[in-house]
Amino acid sequence: MARIAGVDLPRDKRVEVGLTYIYGIGQSTSRKILKTAGVNPDKRVKDLKEDEVVKLRDIIEREHKVEGDLRKEVSMSIKRLMDIGSYRGFRHRKGLPVRGQRTKTNARTRKGPKRSIGIKLKKEATA
Amino acid sequence: MPRSVKKGPFVDAKLMEKIARLNEANDKKIIKTWARRSTIVPEMIGHTLAVHNGKKFIPVYVTENMVGHKLGEFAPTRFFKGHGQARTEKTTALK
Repeated sequence: MARIAGVDLPRDKRVEVGLTYIYGIGQSTSRKILKTAGVNPDKRVKDLKEDEVVKLRDIIEREHKVEGDLRKEVSMSIKRLMDIGSYRGFRHRKGLPVRGQRTKTNARTRKGPKRSIGIKLKKEATA
Repeated sequence: MPRSVKKGPFVDAKLMEKIARLNEANDKKIIKTWARRSTIVPEMIGHTLAVHNGKKFIPVYVTENMVGHKLGEFAPTRFFKGHGQARTEKTTALK
């Protein structure tokens, strides 16, 4: 069982895809890692030899910030924006889009599910 | 696309002049400025700049963390009061 950076890799996937189950590693990073390790990206995770797993683990530990560390860095950056009172921090605090997107419509990813304010209030008024 | 590194950060020339003068005199006076597009550079740390937001000047105390941001980021130009104020008043009146 290949366990890298505290994540169990899916056994039946190709290594190239398997590595992307680690937070902070996408396909291009995954390909780069496999190239430096000299591992065939088409190989299945379960077919990896022990020394190959060690090599991959080594490279990831040395050159990439993944999982907890990366999550911490991201949240620290956001916290910094909020602490210095910048516009971007303010948008993070409000849970609105940060990069100048429109909010008249869309922006549902940041705002979450629709809350229809107008209708709710009307109901209250008649009740 | 980010600004070319070759040029260095953009800082309003007049503002920079004033900051340099204050730094030389070791003075900490509030500087009014309209230069919202100016990058905050290390020389400004510790100063308080009054950044115009289109209506009035918002005092911004510059700290180390702010270096690299623009002055305008710290003086919001819009103020959101919320939606449906009139409506909620009506509903509370009905109750």
